[in-house]
Amino acid sequence: MKKEPPILTVQNMVVKRGRATVLEIDNLEVTQGRALALIGPNGAGKSTLLLALAGLLPVASGKMMFDARPINDRADIARVRQNAAVVFQEPLLLNDTVYKNVALGLKFRHLSRAQIKASVEEALSQFGISHLASRSAKTLSGGEAKRVSLARSFAIKPKMILLDEAFNSLDPPSREAIMDDLQSILEKTRITAILALHDREETLRLAQDVAVLREGRIVQFGTTAQVFQQPVDECIAEFVGTEAILEGVVQSCNEGLMQIAVNGHIVEAVGCFPVGQKVYCCLRPEQVTVSKATAGQTSARNLYQAVVVKIVRQAFFYKLTLECGFPLSAYITLPSFEELSVAEGTTLEVSFKATAVHVIRREG
Amino acid sequence: MELFAQGIIKAFELLITFDAEVLGITWLSLKISGTATLMSLFIGVSIGTTVALNDFIGKRVVISIINTGMGLPPVVVGLFVTMMIWRSGPFGFLEILYTPYAMIIAQAIIATPIVMGISLAAIQNLPPNLRLQVLSLGASRLQMVWVLVKESRLPLLAAVMAGFGGVISEVGASIMVGGNIKGYSRVLTTATVMETGKGNFDIAIALSIILLLLAFLINFMLTQIQQRQRPR
Repeated sequence: MKKEPPILTVQNMVVKRGRATVLEIDNLEVTQGRALALIGPNGAGKSTLLLALAGLLPVASGKMMFDARPINDRADIARVRQNAAVVFQEPLLLNDTVYKNVALGLKFRHLSRAQIKASVEEALSQFGISHLASRSAKTLSGGEAKRVSLARSFAIKPKMILLDEAFNSLDPPSREAIMDDLQSILEKTRITAILALHDREETLRLAQDVAVLREGRIVQFGTTAQVFQQPVDECIAEFVGTEAILEGVVQSCNEGLMQIAVNGHIVEAVGCFPVGQKVYCCLRPEQVTVSKATAGQTSARNLYQAVVVKIVRQAFFYKLTLECGFPLSAYITLPSFEELSVAEGTTLEVSFKATAVHVIRREG
Repeated sequence: MELFAQGIIKAFELLITFDAEVLGITWLSLKISGTATLMSLFIGVSIGTTVALNDFIGKRVVISIINTGMGLPPVVVGLFVTMMIWRSGPFGFLEILYTPYAMIIAQAIIATPIVMGISLAAIQNLPPNLRLQVLSLGASRLQMVWVLVKESRLPLLAAVMAGFGGVISEVGASIMVGGNIKGYSRVLTTATVMETGKGNFDIAIALSIILLLLAFLINFMLTQIQQRQRPR
């Protein structure tokens, strides 16, 4: 498949606040038509990066290219602003009607009244808020206001849209509905999106690429699958939802299969690190299987007896916390939960494949 | 009490009979204070917005000075303007002392810090990211400022009311720079002071009532506009 060209590239970008360096991005490429999630803990620099990419924060040094042209001066920054729209966490609507709010960016472009009307109506309809056009923006609910702010940004037909934790402060049903709409609009319009997110589910749902930020630097960049399945360190592993992060030491390595000592037990994992290497074994709960007894008849390389320590009911499944000499988590569907008669204190067999274990080198 | 009753009766008499002198004084008061308020609106909003939207060393000192200016004593302004436009002063060549122009300048100086302080606070009270949001939609700097000023229209109307209320009722500076010349620079406040000095309390009360009515009518109109704009 032909790879789309990057719409935005950043090299050695430094952003300062006063004398302090708050952002140092060595390299970042945002591919045309894809959605990139910026994830990381609070204060990692996600919003700062977003604002710098949108041309809203001064950059101390570095190179940036937008739409195949370098950004050097005020005119270039104005070009970025004309072609990129930011959606902030707060809707930031003006004290005016919904129609006039959505028309705001179009008015800055000195379009004709007919052009403005057509674009506003299209954007309102995209987000299912045509019926709100004449309402005062200050009377809207949180979900409606968010839709208006999204419609306002999409109305200008930007080449790139940047969303700064745009789904925070919304109640779960509104959030779900808005994410659904946004997802389908992004797929349909193929507008490049950069989203600062702090929720794993949102990231998995909306983004094809992920950049993990920590202390103003990108510590991992890759496709969503790469970052979630192969986090480069334990902090990222924890952040992307790897529930079990086990400390271990490599005991042997033969034909690409390692034996790792974890709390007196052996965990088998694919890969090859030197014997004696301290490592983290990362395991996601969806990769752990529980059963009554398999009598060892399984292809999984790792098989243990485990006691159910805690059961937490989620929407459509249970989350089990297990103890098998080391802690593990597993998800189990409602029917399986019934069939296995799971209760706290029950002993079960847990298994996972060697290929499911992601091994990270541990320092010290 | 009789004094008050007489004053009120006299006021109605002057109003009903459309007394030419009183109408002239009232009209001049409106013209001078209205022009001064408009000038202060232009200068005050421009500087207030500039200070609010820019970060610079000494910003807090500047804001403190503006806030102090909101309580500028009119006589001090009167003294300052008189000295500036005195025949031997730096602007003496303009020859505007004891003219309505001098009164407009003095009143604009009194009203400007009031408008400036309120508009500065109004712009600073807008959500911090609103400026970035407007810029990100492709606004030029001028368009962004216009949107923010429009968004602050409610407190800005309050600034107009405060500014106009401050100058229509001040007397110190108007007497000092205007001279209270009959038919030329005599306004409601200066006429009230003069009539009180002469012991003509009935006329003084009548002028005060007209002044109060005028201030009420202007503020009532502005309040109507302000409340119509208020988000519901």
